[in-house]
Amino acid sequence: MKPENKDQIYQQFEAIRRQAEERRDAARRDPSPTILIGTATCGIASGALDTKLAFEQAILEQGLDARVRTVGCIGHCYAEPVVIIDYPQSGFPPIFYHEVTAGKARMLVKHFLEGGDPLFEHVYGAMVENDMIPSVMEFSRFNQEKRVVMEKCGHIDPEDIYDYIAHGGYAALAKALTLDPETIIDEIKTCGLRGRGGAGFPTGRKWELAADSPEGDKIIVCNADEGDPGAYMDRTILESNPHQVLEGMAICALAVGAHKAIVYVRSEYPLAVKIVSGAIAQAKTLGLLGSGILNSAFNLEIEVFQGSGAFVCGEETGLIQSIEGFRGMPRSRPPYPAQEGLYGQPTVINNVKTLASVPPIIANGAAWYRTIGTENSPGTAVFSVVGDVVHAGLVEIPMGVTLRTLIFDICGGIANQKKFKAVQIGGPSGGCLPETFLDTPIDFDSLTTAGAMMGSGGMVVMDEDSCMVDVARYFLDFTQKESCGKCTFCRIGTRHLLDILQRITTGEGRTGDLEQLEQLSEDIKDGSLCGLGKTAPNPVLTSLKYFRDEYEAHINEKRCPGMMCRPLMTYYIDLDKCARGCDACVGCCPTEAVFTTSTRKKGIDQDLCVKCGECMVACPPQYDAVRKVSPPGLAPVIERPVKNPDASKKASDNS
Amino acid sequence: MTLNPNLQPLQLFAMDVDPFAKDEIFISGLPDYLKQFDRQRGQLIPILQKVQQELTYLPAEALQAVADYLEIPVAEVYGVATFYNQFRFNPPGKHQIKVCLGTACHVKGGDIILENFERKLGIKEGETTEDREFSIERVACVGCCALAPVVLVGEDVQGHMAPSKVEGLFVRIQVEKEMAQRKKKRHETGE
Ligand SMILES: Cc1cc2nc3c(=O)[nH]c(=O)nc-3n(C[C@H](O)[C@H](O)[C@H](O)COP(=O)(O)O)c2cc1C
Ligand code: SF4
Ligand code: SF4
Ligand code: FES
Ligand code: FES
Repeated sequence: MKPENKDQIYQQFEAIRRQAEERRDAARRDPSPTILIGTATCGIASGALDTKLAFEQAILEQGLDARVRTVGCIGHCYAEPVVIIDYPQSGFPPIFYHEVTAGKARMLVKHFLEGGDPLFEHVYGAMVENDMIPSVMEFSRFNQEKRVVMEKCGHIDPEDIYDYIAHGGYAALAKALTLDPETIIDEIKTCGLRGRGGAGFPTGRKWELAADSPEGDKIIVCNADEGDPGAYMDRTILESNPHQVLEGMAICALAVGAHKAIVYVRSEYPLAVKIVSGAIAQAKTLGLLGSGILNSAFNLEIEVFQGSGAFVCGEETGLIQSIEGFRGMPRSRPPYPAQEGLYGQPTVINNVKTLASVPPIIANGAAWYRTIGTENSPGTAVFSVVGDVVHAGLVEIPMGVTLRTLIFDICGGIANQKKFKAVQIGGPSGGCLPETFLDTPIDFDSLTTAGAMMGSGGMVVMDEDSCMVDVARYFLDFTQKESCGKCTFCRIGTRHLLDILQRITTGEGRTGDLEQLEQLSEDIKDGSLCGLGKTAPNPVLTSLKYFRDEYEAHINEKRCPGMMCRPLMTYYIDLDKCARGCDACVGCCPTEAVFTTSTRKKGIDQDLCVKCGECMVACPPQYDAVRKVSPPGLAPVIERPVKNPDASKKASDNS
Repeated sequence: MTLNPNLQPLQLFAMDVDPFAKDEIFISGLPDYLKQFDRQRGQLIPILQKVQQELTYLPAEALQAVADYLEIPVAEVYGVATFYNQFRFNPPGKHQIKVCLGTACHVKGGDIILENFERKLGIKEGETTEDREFSIERVACVGCCALAPVVLVGEDVQGHMAPSKVEGLFVRIQVEKEMAQRKKKRHETGE
């Protein structure tokens, strides 16, 4: 970098920033209310587009002056569709509303926008401290989070680059352009950033390796393959704030000397593909990507490559194979991709969250980053916490927070007054941890020691009604299908593991099965090349270690303690509780298995029942007559009364 | 269940051209169509994605045309296409039902929902009904786990699915279909 260029870079950036701020200020001067609606995939799934339409129509009908703007996702899934109304003239601060259906939207327009009444009964909280409405920051779901990667998610319009810039975006890139590449790498090394893609490899070291590789067409790849079947943070980040990721990629390219970069997004994420592609185009128009970025000599072209849905392509060497047009089969390392990667060129592959952490680090310095998190795992972790918690969603916490704090304080604990049983962390590569591990701090090393794994950040919380053997079977079913087939142990070993688990969950378990599971698991770990095979047995091994009694119940008593394994349980109706004449369960049964007994109560025809549990949901709470038992033999036998005289005659003939 | 006002029944049902005739026209034009891509191995997956986007599946003739264009054996093309979950080799139904079996949906009974669709339509996951109206697929996490279990009908997300809602979903599709037909008829008779 020619130092005399520094001023020009800053001038150029200042010009863009001024433009962005002028736009923002112009919008702020406009006193008409602004309605922010979260319309990432998750919001849309919960009906955010209907909500948006309702707002727009109602505003039009009432002839009001108000703006409806779409923003990304704020991560509060339990509250979707989420709406923030900023109406300065009303005298109220910006207000956060949750579960805003189309009907609620119309009500808000009528009462709040027109009448000035913010409908307190529907308010979730105010976005800033004030003395009228309690702030959302009083909720632990908000105040115990620490947002670095997701700071702007849900607050800016992902399809407007100026919005990002007005919130401080691209300043880190401008700063980086005035630094030596070595200084950038040093900064990333000192801050202690570790890869958020699962393995936690020090990012600075990876970049240094690529920077030190001999010249060549170096390439940066942003890994947004996100194959874990229960995680969606990377997608949400790309949909909500794509520029932070692009900015991180540009800084990375600058540091290692690359001029080409690829965002590898799965094609199942069409909205993310669209938003990232649009963001790249906008950044190019403003000269923040492309050639001669901000008047410097630095060029960078970023392309989007759509992954075709193979879990193993999240593995970096598999990912490279698939970009080159082959089956995504991993190869052995070294050489590491940072030395010899895509088309033989040095390739830095980083996860979305790793790259999105870079701009704040460059902007605020390594020392600032080290104040967050722990000594060996600085920074934040983003989890998608789902399953049986009250406040499910995306959570960003400083590393070192315990599982207990995350699950019980931040996410509101277990839903429906049930008891906590286990938390699955790290998806197919991770493990299930029991209650005794709730005080484990969340960081790379502690989770690995406990037998789980940071993984990509999927976290599924399970209550007492879940079956650990079934969860292990579920993950094995997944990894078995996704094994690329290169290594015998991974290809055939996972199949055997699955077969055994399948047997156990259907009541065919035998003595010796558990020992075989353990032995086979160790063999698969040893005999597999890539992380997929090496970690595939983790769900089995951890559940065997912490929930062995459940496996034993399945094998020895043919009993599923969680009553999840359908061959091992059954539904029946408690005749003492069933209300005469009530028909609630009859209509809901998809197989017409519910019949009326001679006493006009209900019974279940076990031959027809498919154990879907609908009748249990349908039975009115005041009767609560449907029961689950395991093993099935415990259910009382209730015969279907014979209806017509013909049939009854036949039946008596037979007897 | 919410009725999506954005869903345009007419677009779903007014298929004036026989879809298979349309496919054949596209396939016969493939050699020309492919010229927009570089003749490079790295283009293989993007090409397959594009072709599938046009045809909704990858028929044998299309795979052959791609192999010819990139000058690689057709077995290689099959090898790659079958490796990835995205590619399918049979036409899907007009209404694609995708049942989420991601982790969150699994623990909330996604497999029971899948079974209900299978039973209702008399086909298995991965298959299409004989009249090509419906097909069932399983997908992994569509990203709204808080709504688990989740089903996608076309692009429409149905959260908090329950076996009893399956029936209602078909009723809705049927009603929409009849509405579209009536509308079409009115249009034809010039009323
Ligand atoms: C089977 C398998 C799947 C993986 N999936 C992903 C993924 O979806 N996203 C990701 O960023 N990394 C994934 N990884 C890790 C990558 O191989 C690689 O370590 C990571 O992208 C490096 O980026 P980081 O240093 O920023 O973590 C996967 C690894 C394995 C073995
Ligand atoms: S461990 Fe499994 S997925 Fe990985 S290379 Fe070997 S066979 Fe393929
Ligand atoms: S569990 Fe399902 S199939 Fe069995 S009786 Fe109840 S509703 Fe019917
Ligand atoms: S609310 Fe957007 S990811 Fe959950
Ligand atoms: S697991 Fe079904 S939406 Fe996430």
